Amino acid sequence: MTMLTNNGLVYLIALPLFGALSLLLLGRRADKWGHLLATGMSAGSFAVGLFQLSEMLGREAESRPVTQKLFTWISVGSFNVDASLLLDQLSICFVLLITGVGTLIHIYSISYMSHDPDRRRFFAYLNLFIAAMLLLVLGDSYLNLYVGWEGVGLASYLLIGFWNQKPAYATASKKAFIMNRIGDMGLSFAIMIAFASLGTVSFSGVKEQAHDASEATMTAIGIMLLVAAVGKSAQFPLQAWLGDAMAGPTPVSALIHAATMVTAGVYLIVRSNFVFDAAPNAQLLVVIVGAITLMFGALVGTAKDDIKKALAASTMSQIGYMILASGLGPAGYAFAIMHLLTHGFFKAGMFLGAGSVMHGMNDEVNMRRYGGLRKFMPITFITFGLGYLAIIGVPPFAGFYSKDMIIETALNAGGAKGIILGSVTLLGAAITAFYMTRVMILTFTSPKRWDDNQHPHESPILMWLPMVILSIGSVISGFLLYRGEALKHWLEPLFEEHGEHTELLPPIVVSGLALLMVALGVALAVVKYQLSEVDAVAPENVTEFTRVARRDLLQDEINETLFMRPGQVITSALVKIDESVIDGAVHGIGKMALGSGSFLRKSQTGFVRSYAALILIGAVALIAAIWVVTT
Amino acid sequence: MITFISPTLDYALLAPILIVLGGALIGVLIEAFAPRSARGSSQLFITLATLVLSLASLIRVRSGASTTAAMESVTFDGAGVLLQGSILIIAIISVFLLADQESFTALAAALPGSDEERTSLQQDLKLTEVYPLALFAVAGMLLFPVSTDLITLFVALEMLSLPLYLLAGLSRRRRLMSQESALKYFLLGAFSSAFFLMGIAYLYGYSAAVTFSGIHAAVIGGAGNGVYLLLGIAFLSVGLLFKVGAVPFHAWSPDVYQGAPTAVTAFMAAATKVAAFGAMLRIFYVSFAEAYWQWRPALIVIALITMVFGSLVAIAQRDVKRMLAYSSIAHAGFLLSGVIALNKSGLDASIFYLFAYGVATVGAFAIVTLVRDAAGEVTDLNRWSGLGKRSPWVATAFAGFLLAFAGIPLTSGFIGKFSIFSAAYESGSTAILITGVLSSAIAAFFYIRVIVLMFFKDPVEDGTSVVIPSVYTQITIAISAVVTFALGIYPTPLINLIQSTAQFLR
Repeated sequence: MTMLTNNGLVYLIALPLFGALSLLLLGRRADKWGHLLATGMSAGSFAVGLFQLSEMLGREAESRPVTQKLFTWISVGSFNVDASLLLDQLSICFVLLITGVGTLIHIYSISYMSHDPDRRRFFAYLNLFIAAMLLLVLGDSYLNLYVGWEGVGLASYLLIGFWNQKPAYATASKKAFIMNRIGDMGLSFAIMIAFASLGTVSFSGVKEQAHDASEATMTAIGIMLLVAAVGKSAQFPLQAWLGDAMAGPTPVSALIHAATMVTAGVYLIVRSNFVFDAAPNAQLLVVIVGAITLMFGALVGTAKDDIKKALAASTMSQIGYMILASGLGPAGYAFAIMHLLTHGFFKAGMFLGAGSVMHGMNDEVNMRRYGGLRKFMPITFITFGLGYLAIIGVPPFAGFYSKDMIIETALNAGGAKGIILGSVTLLGAAITAFYMTRVMILTFTSPKRWDDNQHPHESPILMWLPMVILSIGSVISGFLLYRGEALKHWLEPLFEEHGEHTELLPPIVVSGLALLMVALGVALAVVKYQLSEVDAVAPENVTEFTRVARRDLLQDEINETLFMRPGQVITSALVKIDESVIDGAVHGIGKMALGSGSFLRKSQTGFVRSYAALILIGAVALIAAIWVVTT
Repeated sequence: MITFISPTLDYALLAPILIVLGGALIGVLIEAFAPRSARGSSQLFITLATLVLSLASLIRVRSGASTTAAMESVTFDGAGVLLQGSILIIAIISVFLLADQESFTALAAALPGSDEERTSLQQDLKLTEVYPLALFAVAGMLLFPVSTDLITLFVALEMLSLPLYLLAGLSRRRRLMSQESALKYFLLGAFSSAFFLMGIAYLYGYSAAVTFSGIHAAVIGGAGNGVYLLLGIAFLSVGLLFKVGAVPFHAWSPDVYQGAPTAVTAFMAAATKVAAFGAMLRIFYVSFAEAYWQWRPALIVIALITMVFGSLVAIAQRDVKRMLAYSSIAHAGFLLSGVIALNKSGLDASIFYLFAYGVATVGAFAIVTLVRDAAGEVTDLNRWSGLGKRSPWVATAFAGFLLAFAGIPLTSGFIGKFSIFSAAYESGSTAILITGVLSSAIAAFFYIRVIVLMFFKDPVEDGTSVVIPSVYTQITIAISAVVTFALGIYPTPLINLIQSTAQFLR
């Protein structure tokens, strides 16, 4: 099947890239108007995306994907990689999410960052991020995706560390950097395995061979892709960086660490559906990772007092839902994407809301020092509240549809797997309802716990307008995507057909169960926080669980003992090896070779001699080796 | 009676080498006759003009091909042009580093710590001998990869080595260390040259010829004494492997890289590698190709050890120049896989890799010259921490070069590694592919560690600062950085050029 070509795709990336480069190169000269240019570029890219969507809608389902070849990137022997873009039904969803939410966050940042002397640089990085993220979802091969993957990583570190005069923030971006490197290694291994065993790294090429290749190969590629996804999407066991990444400016948390970049792992898995469909074991691992993370994030979320960290834990958990869904095979892909899109709306909206609260509260992030803000920030309260209703899954808000579908699909996965996954997702829904209600109560509806130095106030229009638009999205997007299985049919041509699945419980019962769980979670939170007094300082006499959850279920301690210490030991051991073993070996070999210890006696001056001895040994060994081979 | 047959030389094809030699001689005359004050600028001008002229004459005759450019001693072919071109380009960008006189001693003949040294420093003498020395070395490097008889090959080897021994000892600061490294380099170089000569003798004994084509014919004919061939290949390889810094013939390189003036290290690390690998590729592809089953296993083992050793030991380094030295050892291992591949794509990949690596190396060392404190260059890595905060551009450029060494996409290093490993894989060396990828992963660790150190650690307050680069150093860094990224983003033109022209004439 030849695909249509469309030479307009490059503009999607070129516009924000142009913005980023001109802001960086012009420097201070662009201070006055840089943010406007950046916002314009992002909006322009969104317009191109809308145009592409309208074109796409006008075509038959099979001929919807379009490509554009930019240039031949690598051409080595029989191996060719073009720098090509691919826009299909899956990538258009992401393009619109990235540029749409991205533009809103640009607008929000104009006001949010207005007092920062480096606002221009901030917008340059934002545009850079948009360009890289678009490249990630538009690349037509794993190699092109990898370029975007590294690009968003770079933009993410730059933005987390944007206020890098504070050491803690610099440490946070370092942690994100290292944890992401582990994930990136997974991606590069996946690419290498694909190249070595299949001879191609393009999506279409791998897809064609997915059936014929051995299952072991596919499993290896799948597991490596999962490692990549785990790093980028902050999934267990590489989840630790996300909470610390909240050190970045809040719009960054909304755009990168909630709506778009962290969901790249989900994109990678859904994009590689042909790999996972051919590797059931890797697929099972995906589900397990998703299930663990969804519980992990939810539990951490119950104990966090920092509003951004609570939201970050919730992001982790929601992405766990998506990863879980994408591990359920063809039945789950569409719902993973659906939850990703609705989550993009409500979570970005809530982060912007949190930013708005911080803006009004002198950058206070501790929810125990909030309370009663409903009266002072009505718009923030309503938009945040709509996002809240969406995330806990109250009908007819967006999250209800997407989460409900995931729970249903999980339950219907069959056998014990279905029952376990179904229970985990249901339990997760209850905990989500609990901790989100807690955030809501502590911030907005409980009695005020701030002192009189604080003068909470509503944010300016440039900040609340994006929040309003996103909250509309959190209300209606779920229904729109769900109605008539719109998104499912839209994405269907990309995935393998799947057989009939069994229904463990009728959908209406599942929805009922889910709502019951949500009600339980909400009720518990109301009793605990609304109806009883909340301390302005985190109480010390808490259960062991709370203590552990406050410390992110000990993730840092575990990382330290499992990875950091051994790493340090290995490094220092290597120094020792260099000093003693290698130098020693040089001397030892020298002794053997020359048969005389006198040469190396008191060997501070004997270096050249031992080097020469090494050369001699090498020569002898070389001759011996060639001799052995020859005779 | 002995009749003398005058040699016929094809001057047009030899012009690039002859021009460089001529320029070097003019440099010597300037040293002898020009007033001291005029030497610096005129030497720089002459050197640059010579190199550019040489490059221009090379471009003019680029499509010429001849096996008899100087009787049978020099062969002029596509691969030769590409290698010579790479050497000249690398030489041009590293000459700008020599222009920074801060790194050279004022008077090379004065003993360290002597009164003479003090006087020379007070008089603010400038050492300008480095230019003609560098040009002589360049001439040797240009000759090395196009030599097609063993005697010329040996002459070229010495011609490129001797000036380098001298240059290594000219550091302004830590002179004893610099001189020690120069002496080490010289002694070990002489030692390995002896092996090299021994190899020539055995090969002559085997084939009764000193020309590459003669040896090739003897290998095909199979009439000679096989033991002589075996010894010849082994001894010759020792000499070549020493020059490229492969394990276990690498021991000199960390010491010399560290001790030599950084500008010299940059030139030496980049250009010598191109020349030595060029010569190695030619002799193995042209003369020994048919005997590959004899030497390939041994060379594979050496390549594997070199990659792993270089990458592992680099992790433990605390000095940036030593770290780059071990990284260059690891790269020698990666490059050996191009020799082992023994196919057209291996040759193409090697030439691309050599050029890309050479340019990035010059850039990286150029940055090392910028990080200084009151006592000169700071090469202790711990004191580089936080560099990204104080000097974001310098740190970014260095990070870019390190990423190229690590082979991260969008840098030239990625394309280079990718093509060289796939060539090795094509030729059936799966072990090379696997070890190469794994040791690249190890190597990436320590490059990234330096990047983390520069950007995410707090600066140390000890007076380390980055000097504002002189315009010369700026040119070097800018060209290296642009080439490194351009070759990562859009390498196709160069790859096409290499694919269409790179071949060895027999």
